[in-house]
Formats: sequence, structure tokens, C-alpha cells
Amino acid sequence: MPISKEEVTKIATLSNLALTAEETGSFSVQLAAIVEYIDQLSEVDISNVQPWKHRSAGEAPTSYASREDRVEPSLGTGIALANAPDPDAGHFAVPKVIGG
Amino acid sequence: MNLTIDELHKLYASGDAKPSEITQAVLDRIEQTNDRLNTFLTINKEAALHRAAEADADIKDAVQTKPLAGIPVAVKDNMCTTGIRTTCGSRILGNYIPPYTATAVAKLEAAGAILVGKTNLDEFAMGSSNENSAFGPVRNPVNEGYVPGGSSGGSAVAVAADLSSVSLGSDTGGSIRQPASFCGVVGMKPTYGRVSRYGLVAFASSLDQIGPFGKNVKDVARTLGVIAGRDRYDSTSSNEVVPDYVNALTGDVKGLRIGVPPECFGEGLDAEVKTSVEAAIKKLEERGAEVVEITLPHSKYVVAVYYLIATAEASSNLARFDGVRYGFRAEEARTLSEMYKQSRDQGFGAEVKRRIMLGTFALSSGYYDAYYEKAQRVRQMLCNDFAEAFQKCDLIATPTAPTPAFKLGEKVNDPLAMYLDDIFTVTINLVGVPAISVPCGVSSNGLPIGLQLIGNHFDEARILNAAYAHEN
Repeated sequence: MPISKEEVTKIATLSNLALTAEETGSFSVQLAAIVEYIDQLSEVDISNVQPWKHRSAGEAPTSYASREDRVEPSLGTGIALANAPDPDAGHFAVPKVIGG
Repeated sequence: MNLTIDELHKLYASGDAKPSEITQAVLDRIEQTNDRLNTFLTINKEAALHRAAEADADIKDAVQTKPLAGIPVAVKDNMCTTGIRTTCGSRILGNYIPPYTATAVAKLEAAGAILVGKTNLDEFAMGSSNENSAFGPVRNPVNEGYVPGGSSGGSAVAVAADLSSVSLGSDTGGSIRQPASFCGVVGMKPTYGRVSRYGLVAFASSLDQIGPFGKNVKDVARTLGVIAGRDRYDSTSSNEVVPDYVNALTGDVKGLRIGVPPECFGEGLDAEVKTSVEAAIKKLEERGAEVVEITLPHSKYVVAVYYLIATAEASSNLARFDGVRYGFRAEEARTLSEMYKQSRDQGFGAEVKRRIMLGTFALSSGYYDAYYEKAQRVRQMLCNDFAEAFQKCDLIATPTAPTPAFKLGEKVNDPLAMYLDDIFTVTINLVGVPAISVPCGVSSNGLPIGLQLIGNHFDEARILNAAYAHEN
């Protein structure tokens, strides 16, 4: 299946990526080749099988454990903000939201 | 320099060496080789020497009580380490210093290990050659013109080049086993849920699993025993009892039924790899194992299924990198929306963007049923195939990779060709079972070849024992 540049641009928007024109061109070609390969799945008869569902450790005994909902010590504002590109007075500062 | 755990513990027990001496020697070797091999992204020099000096005092006793006492270890740089930079091989996390430590790493340290550094990888563990790192490729120490495999290339090289005794990697579609095969070391992907993923930066959450590399099967068994087990911080980690993997290494394979699927020995398999793997299976047969033919009828589709599911999960997991809470932020953006898009475009490398795009496509309206959901159905068929195969056999033997290591740059412009190299490894993650790669030969130009042994869920001990029988 060919993937047009318009389609690539749409997927990039959904992916929150601002691609350059060069990237849009190369992804269009590369994704098309990959999707063409993936399209061989269309020959598989899937009528008698349910989609796989996430279980811990495949078929083996599961261990989805729920725990008591209890408050525990957490990082705290100082540590949580230590890696932030723009920490500001105990918050994560970001550029203008409205109109953006 | 022989850095196997038994050898080091013998030296420590006799007083012939101390952890500080071994650690210094390992750090010297890392410094001498890192410009060339590019194995480590961060060398943990001061902290390692400090910890080693502390270990010196009671090392004779510690070797009796702590399985990794005084053992130099390396960890793939997608596992969080408090206070030590964790980059995931990406520009977007180039300066990230985690406020917590991954459970698997904490368990290594609690067992006495000394962390010498964080190893290079394909960006966010996405790649099969280690050429996708934002910090440059790793070179294969066997032949520096060749790739070490990926994505845990640095962790494989750390062990292969004697820059650590054992190391940790992560395996989402073969990222431990394939580099182990390419570098001539042992590497294991445990059962999904066997090892906690807490602190492992997520790529594809239903497939990711941490596992060990070692020079030999025994070191891998010992390290797995240390990192395995339930963790309250990872709800998918299993309560299944952790057996003594080292004790399981008897070398006795009499009556063991080894399934050989013809689908993994056909077209596209390098002739020398085929010969070596068949000889390895024959060797196990001579030791009393029984070879049975099995079939994995949907093998043809595994790469397609894997690259839909892994990328779909990645597109969701990597949405968190947006320049707000940590990591790189594009400076010039004027609005929030521009800031997200520009930070991600400048912060991620080409392969990561390609996979995010493919995953977003597979999940997008109009394509979800035809791609993502269909892949999940075929994934269930693969699980059924394996369940049926394990009715007839105890282990399955295949090559780890269709070829030995390829040249640096050879496949870098052809992503699909690179993906097709994962044909024997990705299924194991889709089904959630454990598998090991052990060296089983060398090609005519001197490159290592790996045998993959696959077991049923939580059957690591049986895999390790068969690998041990092959090794000895």
C-alpha cells in the first residue's frame, strides 16, 4: 500500500512530531515498504481466533496483584522537578497553551 | 583476564585479589577501549571504586553469602540508576538523572555487585545493530568492522571484551539474544514476568523483559537467580517461585525432548549458521536428548505481527517524552503544541520516529482493525502454536539469528532488511516464553554463531541446563 506524503503528515500530527520535508519524503517511501510487507497478514484466516489479551506471563498462572490503596512517601516537589527543562516555583513551566 | 564469577570468587576467597584491584583493572580496560568500541555511555568510576574499597574488608566472607560479591557488572542505559545519567541512547534523555533505581539493578547491588557503567544501546532499545544510538555505534570486539548486534550491543560487548563479568540487557524482540549471538557470549531473555520491569524505560510493555549476559551459562544462571522474582512495583512480575538455577546445572539431558521446527531452517538461513546449529543439536542428541520434529506453522508472519504490536505500544509509551517534565526541550517553540512537536522531532532519532509513526498508523482510525487488531489475533495463533509444540517437546532449538554479525553500515538505510533479521527471536517475546542464546560455532571469517534454546513459561532452569550440557 503506498503511503502518500499527506498521509505521512497526518500520522506525524497524530504522533506529535514536526517532520522536516526531507523526513516526510523518506518516511513515505520507507513506511510504504514496511506496510507492503506487513500486508501479507491479510492472507491469514483469523475468523476462529480472538485477539491476544495481556496476561502476565502468557498462559502461565497470572500474578495481577492488587494492593491496598495506601499513601506512601513519594519523591517530593524538589526531586520531581530536578530534571525539568523549565521548573518554576514548584511547577513545570510550559509555553503558552491557549491559542497554541 | 578471566572475569567469570567462579574465578573471581576463587581469587577473593584465597586472598589473591581484592575487589578494588579487580575493579581498577576493569575500569582501566574500559578507559583503554572505550574510544574504539564505544561500549559505555557513562563510566561509574568513582562510585565503583568507592564501593569496591568498601567490599575489600570482608570479601572472604561475602563470597560465601552474596552471589555477586565484588563482581563488576554493566547495565544497559535504559535502566534507571539513582544519580547516574540514564540516556536510553537518545538525545531526548541526554541529561536525564533518575531519582530512583530499577529493581533489577538494585537486586544486583544488594547481591554485592559493583556497577562499573551504563552501556550503549540502540535508541530506546529500537534496533538490531546498535547503530541507532545518538552517541554513535558500538563495535564488535571480535571484528571491529562489524556490528555487535542490538539493541543491547553495549552490554554484550562489555562481557565479550572483559569490561565486566556479567551485564544486564533488555529484550523486546531479541535485543539480548541476537547481540549475544553476534559477540559470542551467553544471553537470556527470561519469561515475561520473571524479572521486574520497574525502572526499565518502556519500549513495548507486553514484550519487554530484562535479562543477563555472561561468559558462560553458569554466570547467566546465577545472575538470573539474583534479579528474578516478584516486585511490588511491577504488577506484571510473577509470584512463581524462583528456583536455584545454578543447582539445576547438572548437564544431564537424557530423555530431554528437543523440538526442531523445519520453518526455522529453510530459505534465508546462512549455510554456516545452519551447519553449526544442526551440529549443536546433534551434540545434545549424543548426550541422550531426543530430537522431535515439531511445526510452527505461522512463522512466516512473525516479523509483521511483531512490528505492528511493538511499534503500536512504543507510540503510546513514548508519548511521555514531550519536553515538559524531563529531557530535552526545543528552545525556539512559542506555543505548547509547537514545543511538543519540535522537542520530539529534534530529540528522537530517525528509527524511533519511524517506529512511532508506524505504530500510530497501525492504531489510527480506519486502520486499527486491519493492522493492530489483526496482529493481536495472529499473536494468539502463535501462542497456540507454541502450546501445541510444547505438548510434544520440552525445549525448542533454532538459530538465534539467520546470519552471523553483518558489517557496520550494511543495513542502515534499509529498515525492512534490518527488521527481517529478527525472524527467530521476536516470536519468543510475542508468546512470552523464555529463551537463551549460547555460542555454538564460528563462521569461516571468524564471527560467532548462536544456538537459541526456547522453553515453556517459567522453564528457565531446563533451558539453562540444556545450554550447560551443550557448553561442556
